[in-house]
Amino acid sequence: MEKIKVEHVSKVFGKHIPQALELVKQQKSKTDILKETGATVGVYDASFTVNEGEIFVIMGLSGSGKSTLIRLLNRLIEPTNGNIFIDGENISKMGKDALRTVRRNKMSMVFQNFGLFPHRTLLQNTEYGLEIRGISKEERKTKAEQALANAGLLAYKDQYPNQLSGGMQQRVGLARALANDPEILLMDEAFSALDPLIRKEMQDELLDLQQSLKKTILFITHDLNEALRIGDRIAIMKDGSIIQIGTGEEILTNPANDYVRTFVEDVDRSKVLTAENAMVRPVYVNVDLDGPTVALKRMREETVSILMAVDKNRKLKGYITADDALAAAKRHEQTVHSIVQSEILTVPPDMLLQDILGMIYNSPTPIAVVKDERLLGVLIRGVVIEALSSFNEEAEVHE
Amino acid sequence: MNNFLDNLPTLPLAPWVESAMDWLTSNFSVFFSAIQKTGKLLMSQVTDLLIGIPAIILILLVVIFAFFVTGKKYGLAAFSLIGLLFIYNQGLWTHLMETTTLVLFSSVISIVIGIPLGILMSKSSVAESIIKPILDFMQTMPGFVYLIPAVAFFGIGIVPGVFASVIFALPPTVRMTNLGIRQVPKELAEAADSYGSTSSQKLFKVEIPLAKSTIMAGINQTVMLSLSMVVIASMIGAPGLGREVLTALQRTQVGNGFVAGLGLVIFAIIIDRLTQSFNKKKEL
Repeated sequence: MEKIKVEHVSKVFGKHIPQALELVKQQKSKTDILKETGATVGVYDASFTVNEGEIFVIMGLSGSGKSTLIRLLNRLIEPTNGNIFIDGENISKMGKDALRTVRRNKMSMVFQNFGLFPHRTLLQNTEYGLEIRGISKEERKTKAEQALANAGLLAYKDQYPNQLSGGMQQRVGLARALANDPEILLMDEAFSALDPLIRKEMQDELLDLQQSLKKTILFITHDLNEALRIGDRIAIMKDGSIIQIGTGEEILTNPANDYVRTFVEDVDRSKVLTAENAMVRPVYVNVDLDGPTVALKRMREETVSILMAVDKNRKLKGYITADDALAAAKRHEQTVHSIVQSEILTVPPDMLLQDILGMIYNSPTPIAVVKDERLLGVLIRGVVIEALSSFNEEAEVHE
Repeated sequence: MNNFLDNLPTLPLAPWVESAMDWLTSNFSVFFSAIQKTGKLLMSQVTDLLIGIPAIILILLVVIFAFFVTGKKYGLAAFSLIGLLFIYNQGLWTHLMETTTLVLFSSVISIVIGIPLGILMSKSSVAESIIKPILDFMQTMPGFVYLIPAVAFFGIGIVPGVFASVIFALPPTVRMTNLGIRQVPKELAEAADSYGSTSSQKLFKVEIPLAKSTIMAGINQTVMLSLSMVVIASMIGAPGLGREVLTALQRTQVGNGFVAGLGLVIFAIIIDRLTQSFNKKKEL
């Protein structure tokens, strides 16, 4: 079922807007319009529909108008022209009060830099949408705590946003949006400010959530890989216009024009995998703090037999094995210093996996991915081979 | 060429301003005298109240307050104790209380007018473009000039002193409130809007809390400026430490002038540090 319908929507910034709109109707290009009127076209005759329960991704480089477009949907930016329907109601023609009701009940937004209020605790942040709707203290506390619990952050509810890592902050951003129980989620580059590993984690979480929630999600990104990973359908934007709308498969196999084609090729090129793409979260001990008993416990928890050893700045010192840790624990040693083995292979994050393959076959230990001596992740033989083989399969399909 | 310039008639700006003043004073005299009377009554009551409290109790209250506001540090508390005892010892206690009343009233009035004006400025670019040059004017015009209309409207005494101080001390609060609200990160303002906040919800739940430390810096400046008007306002009969300085000046009594001036400095430092540490505490 159709949830959002966008019809010929344009947004023009600057002066001489009527003239610029006239030129938009005559299908003049964005640069021509800028030359003739001095007005900048942010969004240019955009039309699309989003179905209920769908993740619709709008993908484009910076300056392509994607962030403007998402803001037209809840009218954080007023559209210059065109109609936007949500559940058949014309948002773009609504009065202030009606618009406020829609914003309060139908859609919530998640921001690139999280948009959390620094003067409010996580709980107060999560409560915000409910609070301004005038929901009673008890009820909003229950709902907000539930939302934080779902995000796994209930324990932090009285902390302030700046005490949390980026990934945790964005979980709060998402929890705040979901506490409102909106039908539509607007996500503006929601994961772009996060580290690659965390970003992947958050994408998975969003997909898991969507399994049960079935919200209608409009997701903005500049990353085609992200778009392909989470989008049911993808719209590609350039210079304010939507160039192509389709499933990931359609866009990869049947690019609408050269611009999209270069994009898609770019994706393939980026799939020439590097160490960073295949590395997994490292399991490590802190040599300045942890003793052999802690090391053994961690190995049991994570079901590994080798731990990376780092210092308090997360600089790589070597690795320790389960046998050595056991022996040290029997000798009642307090630290793991004596059993750290420093002969370990390290690679930079941008090294190609092909080149690593030879090393990893001969290495008895996982390979550490380090940058400026800091441990970023580890490469495990199985994962590397799997990554390479799936890549080769895809490459064959494309050829 | 020079001849031509000399032959131009003088633009009668000064007479215009004067007739405007005359018109104001004669048509609104009831209004001004009502303000004058209530203001004077109110302020003398506050001064009486302050003087009525035994000096030692007031000093101890200030010291305790300073101790806790600065986060249980001894510096400002010790300074307040010694400084205030010194002022009392020099026989300036009553004058200090009068000055306190003057600063208190002009600061409170400035804040009550200034913050809403600043909010208006931040919300409307038209208001900003109108108010900004007026603020520039208010700040660059020498403080003495405000004494003239003050006397015309309210006669002499503490009320015209407060009037002149308010004009002089108002701009920082207005400017900093405007600045603070305009500096709220765009994404946070958008977040507030996107959840359907009304404009007053956005203002009170998001913008003012985030602008608080900037606004407090403006208030601190306003308090200090109104304190700096104390001496100038004494020229139109405002009582307090300023009048002691003025008297000493008129009689070339270097010693008395120095002591009264020192009293003002001590008072200024205490007030400045108190309002500042208030701000720091809020930032946490």
